[in-house]
Amino acid sequence: MELPSKLLEKTVSYFESLPGVGRRTALRYTLQLLKMQKEDALNFGASVIKLVEELGFCSICHNVSDGDICQICAHPKRDTETICVVEDLRDLLAIESTSQYYGVYHVLGGVISPLDGIGPKDLHFESLVSRLAEGTCKEVIFALPSTMEGDTTSFYMFKRLKDFNIKTTSLARGVAVGNELQYTDELTLGRSIQGRLPYDNAMRTF
Amino acid sequence: MHLSELSIVNFKNIQDANFELSEKVNCFLGNNGAGKTTVLDAIYYLSFCKSFFNPIDSQNIRHDEGYFVLDGKFFLDGESERIFCGLKRNEKKKFKRNQKQYDRLADHIGVIPLVMIAPSDTALIREGSDMRRKFMDGIISQYNKAYLDTLLHYNRLLAQRNAMLKHQWAEGKYDTTSLEVFDEQLHAHGTELHLERKRFLEGYLPIFSNFYQLISGGAEEVNIVYQSQLSEAPLLNLLTEHRKRDYRAQYTTQGIHKDDLEFTIGEYPMKKFGSQGQKKSFVTSLRLAQFDYLKELKQRKPILLLDDIFDKLDDNRVAALMKLVSEDHFGQIFITDANLHRVPDLFKDENVPLKKFVVEKGSIDQL
Ligand SMILES: Nc1ncnc2c1ncn2[C@@H]1O[C@H](COP(=O)(O)OP(=O)(O)O)[C@@H](O)[C@H]1O
Ligand SMILES: [Mg+2]
Ligand SMILES: [Zn+2]
Repeated sequence: MELPSKLLEKTVSYFESLPGVGRRTALRYTLQLLKMQKEDALNFGASVIKLVEELGFCSICHNVSDGDICQICAHPKRDTETICVVEDLRDLLAIESTSQYYGVYHVLGGVISPLDGIGPKDLHFESLVSRLAEGTCKEVIFALPSTMEGDTTSFYMFKRLKDFNIKTTSLARGVAVGNELQYTDELTLGRSIQGRLPYDNAMRTF
Repeated sequence: MHLSELSIVNFKNIQDANFELSEKVNCFLGNNGAGKTTVLDAIYYLSFCKSFFNPIDSQNIRHDEGYFVLDGKFFLDGESERIFCGLKRNEKKKFKRNQKQYDRLADHIGVIPLVMIAPSDTALIREGSDMRRKFMDGIISQYNKAYLDTLLHYNRLLAQRNAMLKHQWAEGKYDTTSLEVFDEQLHAHGTELHLERKRFLEGYLPIFSNFYQLISGGAEEVNIVYQSQLSEAPLLNLLTEHRKRDYRAQYTTQGIHKDDLEFTIGEYPMKKFGSQGQKKSFVTSLRLAQFDYLKELKQRKPILLLDDIFDKLDDNRVAALMKLVSEDHFGQIFITDANLHRVPDLFKDENVPLKKFVVEKGSIDQL
């Protein structure tokens, strides 16, 4: 689709570069911007500039942060004895939205995948190790994706952390809540059988 | 299970053919290039949703035509089943079972169990270990679903480890901890695959040997030996010992991806010391043993396609093989031959239901 304006074309192609946005949608978004109040559209643009220029990362956990230390790390009620290691911000937000976790986080910034050019040193491992060396933390939760790369990363951390006298745990894997057993895929069901729990313990999760 | 009627339109050099088949032996006789193999390929297509020979679907449409149609009437457990495949140029192929189109072709695989024995099978002896591992993995993963999963996982770990070795080498930094992580996972998966391959060969070998003895009349001893580094030591030890070497090679030298099946004839490698007829007998027995596995799995006799099977075999072996496949152990079979009399003569005195077809320039006539 040829566009009659170079300016239009430029904005459309930036929208198009976003994940999940095709050319038609990109054009729709661009036209919507033009339909907005001029001031709103300018604020939109300014917020993008401000975001890129000013958004920082927490110097403790690498969560996004407006200041040096993020809101979670700075919160007086959060339990700093428990650190939950996540791949990225999306997973952190997902866990936060459960309202079931009161500890703090450590955002790795990815998982080990040499095929994608990501090795341990490209992730925030060293800062995790220094955090643990401080001695406050008693438990590290590996909350990484249950993929080969996620497993590899958890395993790597486990090895790196085994000299610290710290409990390491990982997210439970199994049959999804509300799912019928017969519709659960073989792999998940197999793992759930292998990683079964004592009944009294399991009951408490409901 | 058998194919009772087949109609072929515009498939390769066959313009329009429609014929009824024998429940037991069917032979397609005619000169080179007549279209005999094409008939077998059409049957293969109805089982595997693709050609045995040409993976580019549109090239299987007869030159200068716009579509091909294959339509087979099968009997499965006494019920008739129509399997239909139509392909128009530049369109997606339509594959139907009893008028109902499949959403996923994969759902059809296995409905019509079939084994093809083709001249190209000798590549199993000639080519690298990769082919033999694929052959073995193909059979195992049919009856063991977890095996394929473990294998894919292993291959991914292996690719990651190799990439890690390359990175470390490029940066001149040898880091054992991150390699160990892969090694321990490779060990767990590799050991499982190794045991499964070993178990497979233990069951497969006697079946294979029996077929070879029947075809060769006991003329020679052949064997299959499963070769694996893991037979020598646990994979984790091997990976640990070779870690530094792997780092320099930037490649994982130990593991089940190095496994092979060694084919021997009287202690010597088949590849170097087998005659052409012995090799043909060997790969034929490999496929017949595969047939037995498929039969066991599906609880019905697969269709057996024998393409130019007589090419390299002497008269005794040809006779032995024909006697073998006409036994009740096997079901419906399809044979091609350039010689008009050989197969009919072999079955002359046997009481085996037999249909003969003469194939000439893409047209097919029952004799
Ligand atoms: N798409 C096609 N259209 C027309 N002819 C084809 C097509 N593809 C292959 N052929 C021809 O079909 C003929 C039949 O080959 P084949 O069945 O292998 O013969 P044979 O009887 O020796 O087994 C060959 O001459 C081949 O070139
Ligand atoms: Mg042929
Ligand atoms: Zn923080």
